[in-house]
Amino acid sequence: MHAAVIVFPGSNCDRDLAVAFQRAGAKVSMVWHKDTDLPDGLDMVGIPGGFSFGDYLRCGAIAANSPICRSVVAHAERGGYVLGICNGFQVLTETGLLPGALRRNANLKYICKPVELRVEDCDTVYLRGYKPEQVISVPIAHHDGNYYVDDAKLAQLREEARIAFSYVDNPNGSVADIAGVVSKNRRVLGMMPHPERMAEVAHGGTDGKAMFDGFMEALAPV
Amino acid sequence: MKAKVYVMLKEGVLDPQGAAVKHALGALGFDGVEDVRQGKVIELDLAAGTTEATVREMCEKLLANTVIESYRIEM
Repeated sequence: MHAAVIVFPGSNCDRDLAVAFQRAGAKVSMVWHKDTDLPDGLDMVGIPGGFSFGDYLRCGAIAANSPICRSVVAHAERGGYVLGICNGFQVLTETGLLPGALRRNANLKYICKPVELRVEDCDTVYLRGYKPEQVISVPIAHHDGNYYVDDAKLAQLREEARIAFSYVDNPNGSVADIAGVVSKNRRVLGMMPHPERMAEVAHGGTDGKAMFDGFMEALAPV
Repeated sequence: MKAKVYVMLKEGVLDPQGAAVKHALGALGFDGVEDVRQGKVIELDLAAGTTEATVREMCEKLLANTVIESYRIEM
């Protein structure tokens, strides 16, 4: 599998994400935000955490309008896989590839700590390494992770089983405890917690590694 | 030619910053502040002849996230 990690000015989890992809067996290309094209034959795009463009205007808003993001949207529309973590999730909601928006945390604080996530019964390649209802521990590190969707969209997400992860103990005020959602075709996942930071024993746990191993097995390593 | 764009969280979308400002005003002894909503003002210096429709397009594409925010334009 060939994955690309997009690098914006202010990205700070790009190398972590690249290492997580590589350890799972993927070939990884780093792609700068001013590039207009993704590498040929790409399977997955990873949009990393960080503070792209200093979070100016709104988190992810400037990044979502960068040249490379037009190619990321086209890749997703062709049925390509896209994984957005933390700032990456914010970017994906700003592009419209995922529904909703991420607001300032309800307690107005930057929160950096491991949290428990419930793996929802959501049919997507990203959850292949988990069982539904399984509880995993993965860190969060964000100031704007308070997920918002209106009631109608929430009902739709539930009906289509598109909620991938929920917080066991909601840290940030997110609607319906939502920590991650997938697109309608189930190939785009956005999540605030950082599985790439819980991907080897030295991180203090490997609950995040199961995600990378899971989709890798499904998408076949190179 | 100047335009001002006022961006606010939509009614019904929780505004934790506004709530914190309200709380702080109460702590300073200002009674009777029933609600506070915090938003932003964006000033645009535009070439002559730029239409309000163009500014609206800027709002829809970038300046506001219409999932959670509303905007008002003053030309």
